[in-house]
Amino acid sequence: SSFIALRKPNGKFFPWFGLDIGGTLVKLVYFEPKDITAEEEEEEVENLKSIRKYLTSNVAYGSTGIRDVHLELKDLTLCGRKGNLHFIRFPTHDMPAFIQMGSEKHFSSLHTTLCATGGGAYKFEQDFRTMGDLQLCKLDELDCLIKGVLYIDSVGFNGRSECYYFENPTDAERCQKLPFNLENPYPLLLVNIGSGVSILAVYSKENYKRVTGTSLGGGTFFGLCCLLTGCSTFEEALEMASHGDSTKVDKLVRDIYGGDYERFGLPGWAVASSFGNMMSKEKRESVSKEDLARATLVTITNNIGSIARMCALNENINRVVFVGNFLRINTISMRLLAYALDYWSKGQLKALFLEHEGYFGAVGALLELLGSA
Amino acid sequence: MPMRPSKEWVAIKMAERGGRGSGGHGSLDKSITLPPDEIFRNLENAKRFAIDIGGSLTKLAYYSTVQHKVARVRSFDHSGKDIEHEPLYEISVQEEITARLHFIKFENTYIETCLDFIKDHLVNTETKVIKATGGGAYKFKDLIEKKLGLKVDKEDVMTCLIKGCNFVLKNIPHEVFAYQKDSDTEFRFQTNHPNIFPYLLVNIGSGVSIVKVETEDKFEWIGGSSIGGGTFWGLGALLTKTKKFDELLQLASKGQHTNVDMLVKDVYGGAYQTLGLSGNLIASSFGKSTTADKEFSKEDMAKSLLHMISNDIGQLACLYAKLHNLDKIYFGGFFIRGHPVTMRTITYSINFFSKGEVQALFLRHEGYLGAIGAFLKGAEQDNPNQYSWGENYAGSSGLMSTSPDVFPMQRTRSGTFDMFEMDRLERPLVNLPLLKDPSTYIPDTVDLTDDAMARKYWLTCFEEALDGVAKRAAASQPDSIDASERAEKFRQKYWNKLQTLRQQPFAYGTLTVRSLLDTREHCLNEFNFPDPYSKVKQKENGIALKCFQSVIESLDSLGWEERQFALVKGLLAGNVFDWGAKAVSDVLESEPQFGFEEAKSKLQERPWLEDSYSQWLERLKEGPPHKCALIFADNSGIDIILGVFPFVRELLSRGTEVILACNSGPALNDVTYSESLIVTERIAAMDPVIHRLDKGLAVLVRERETDLVIIEGMGRAIHTNYYAALKCESLKLAVIKNSWLADRLGGKIFSVIFKYEVPCK
Repeated sequence: SSFIALRKPNGKFFPWFGLDIGGTLVKLVYFEPKDITAEEEEEEVENLKSIRKYLTSNVAYGSTGIRDVHLELKDLTLCGRKGNLHFIRFPTHDMPAFIQMGSEKHFSSLHTTLCATGGGAYKFEQDFRTMGDLQLCKLDELDCLIKGVLYIDSVGFNGRSECYYFENPTDAERCQKLPFNLENPYPLLLVNIGSGVSILAVYSKENYKRVTGTSLGGGTFFGLCCLLTGCSTFEEALEMASHGDSTKVDKLVRDIYGGDYERFGLPGWAVASSFGNMMSKEKRESVSKEDLARATLVTITNNIGSIARMCALNENINRVVFVGNFLRINTISMRLLAYALDYWSKGQLKALFLEHEGYFGAVGALLELLGSA
Repeated sequence: MPMRPSKEWVAIKMAERGGRGSGGHGSLDKSITLPPDEIFRNLENAKRFAIDIGGSLTKLAYYSTVQHKVARVRSFDHSGKDIEHEPLYEISVQEEITARLHFIKFENTYIETCLDFIKDHLVNTETKVIKATGGGAYKFKDLIEKKLGLKVDKEDVMTCLIKGCNFVLKNIPHEVFAYQKDSDTEFRFQTNHPNIFPYLLVNIGSGVSIVKVETEDKFEWIGGSSIGGGTFWGLGALLTKTKKFDELLQLASKGQHTNVDMLVKDVYGGAYQTLGLSGNLIASSFGKSTTADKEFSKEDMAKSLLHMISNDIGQLACLYAKLHNLDKIYFGGFFIRGHPVTMRTITYSINFFSKGEVQALFLRHEGYLGAIGAFLKGAEQDNPNQYSWGENYAGSSGLMSTSPDVFPMQRTRSGTFDMFEMDRLERPLVNLPLLKDPSTYIPDTVDLTDDAMARKYWLTCFEEALDGVAKRAAASQPDSIDASERAEKFRQKYWNKLQTLRQQPFAYGTLTVRSLLDTREHCLNEFNFPDPYSKVKQKENGIALKCFQSVIESLDSLGWEERQFALVKGLLAGNVFDWGAKAVSDVLESEPQFGFEEAKSKLQERPWLEDSYSQWLERLKEGPPHKCALIFADNSGIDIILGVFPFVRELLSRGTEVILACNSGPALNDVTYSESLIVTERIAAMDPVIHRLDKGLAVLVRERETDLVIIEGMGRAIHTNYYAALKCESLKLAVIKNSWLADRLGGKIFSVIFKYEVPCK
């Protein structure tokens, strides 16, 4: 029977998924076994095969699902099996459609467990049960996040380094992205920027704490951009931001003091008041949507940098790793974070980034699936 | 929010033509209709100006002197005169010049009118420079120089702010408050800690500055944030098309942020309870507006923005406080400035992020800090910091109402003239060295801001007594032609203050019986009634002195134990003679023969309402004599002469030194220091046991190793100090001459409080 055929040497059923259901985005990682024997191939049930083919032969699913092909981890050995790890995302509001699809593809017949983390694991648990006849295995999101980060960093990014930093962040000309060796990661401050922001101090694999969080995150950037510019996608918002000039919107130290404010050692270019110029009617009328998008991005990013820096000081940690989907295709924010941390800490703090930005929670969920039982 | 700049403008113009703005704004709104000479008071003697021009409000500061009438007493030379028919001493009213600081806050729109007015009334030509601070100082520099002919000397904004902050923290009791919207008492005033440093000042202007203040001159900018009041205003204007800051706040107070923000429960569904998370926490500000095809209301967006900014500031402030190990955070800047909406959200945020360990604190005179600081910078040669200054309740507007629905026009702070005046105190106020814990010492027994019933009673009580006080004030100056006119002005002013306090009990900090009395004194002084009771006191002192010897003789004829009780009864009965208390004045007016003995018979029989007389007697019998007793005396006349002095005499004969402490200035019929000197000299002449010491009280108390403090009278021992813990033995005694209070304490009128306390080892 298919039951026997699906039993793997280590007792894990395929398919192997990890799911992270956030406030805005759902992140799905899928392990595609590449070492399937002919015998296995033959015995593989139709449902399973169809799922595998559907996921691996497409890069887009429905109108909103996207596979980040450039992030795919090839020839990974996981639980004794060789295969590729795929990274897929879609908006959380399409979750019902996803569950519907799972139901149509008879996912529940596959005798696998679906490990899920993120707030949505709770929110949609009932829907999974009723619509998809599936029992979710709910996992702690911070546990998953840390497990995922440590694992992906340890396996590397197809022979390259997963972790990187910006050298000379304060010098636009000489600034460059360079690999960073995170072999001895502890202690580190982990800043996860999703819709909101969580900040964790990690002292070892098991020993970590949530230091704080802020509601000013990716959702705030995107939400405000929608209201201010009428854009409708994150990509659009970022594209606009890349063409804007925030100094038209923000009031800088030099706008108030004519130059540096020496009494407090504040440089003239520093932002004194985000959106401060918008108190004036004339200036409100003269800014472009692009300027507004850029100012929103800069405001949110600087604020995260500032809170992260204070946490690092309070926790006495000097490496700050930024992750989360806010940083996806968002070089402006990454360089700004690198710059801000370096400048305001006088070089004491280092901002680090990871290639798989927002997928660590989902990876952690997958690892939990394979680690348990 | 309604704004009425044009109407106020009319009020000013009318006043300039000599007319009086008749108002029509309601009686509570005192400042709008005031003509400028009642706003810019004492300009003729003004020197040393400072100005703080912010984004919308101007704060003007100047130093001036006030000519006051003060009552003086002088002993007659009685040799060879008919003592029987001469008054005990002579009372004269003299002029005294005292220093006063004036601060006036008004909307920038009025700057030119105000400068013109000042120019026209400025007499002092020595002033050459005006200190200026604030973002607008540069913009108005030329105008000020042209109008006033003074050179504008700019001072650093933050330096001024900190200087001003230190000054109010040191000088103004109840300057600091915590804000709790959902409690009965919105304003929780804090007791002044003797040591104000170190603290964190978070100034929320267009951006946020976080400054650590360590000493008078040492402060450091430790951080800041660009997300501040300017962000709320600028971003708010973009989102809601609402241009004014106050209007944005108004919008925000009506909105529902949950329509715009993504909450924890939006992410977790209904299951958040199982995680120990509050579902109402904001997971992502504006997280629900990530769509182009939905409309959001202005109110909801404004509210969401307000929460976002307040939470962010609170979080950063907590992070900085933690890093620098500070637990006092004061918030200021135009974002706060008495706005209940922002004080509420900041308070929430600080409480949330500090897990209740840190309290957000606000300042009553926050809007004046820059002006005060700039003024102090310019007045360094006079060294105002070496003096103590006190808020003049008569000349200060007090904190604005926080109930926009009840007093809409009061919330329209722009357009009103707000005033703050401080008087230089004769000597710095220090804590009694015998206080057990000066930092937790709260003199007042009942907080009337808190206790609505008591507040209602006392306000009515002061209202009912007001006509009598005004009458007495007029009668105290029979030779003055305008006495009754001034008395009427006093009546009107104090009446208005009482009405303000009915609506806004928090206007001048914690409302107490003491502060009501102080306010009355300030108002009396304002209209040159320095001592309405001077004649009454003179008469009573004279009558009492005549009885002194016979009282002593009858006491000396008693056995020891009998005498101790008679002394205590005498002390209590003497305290019944108090013109200030209504019940007693009724008795005295109607029964002129009401004598000392009869007063004794009116006293409650033992056991008294509070009665530790037996322990006191035991102490006198068994223990060694006290080294030195400090007695805070209450009333003139029978109280001090026939009540206190025999008691003093007994202590002295036991070998206990006695320090008698009296008010430095007049207050009701309390015996003043100078009156007490005359009385003491006269008694010393009759009784060799008594002679005089004269020195600073705090020094004296230490030098003489005071080990007993005696506090008598309702004002000193019940309204205040009832719960004050001292390092040494203490005796608090009073007769309750107010039936409401007696009732409240579970007794009847003329119930006796005799509280003998020994500090626990």
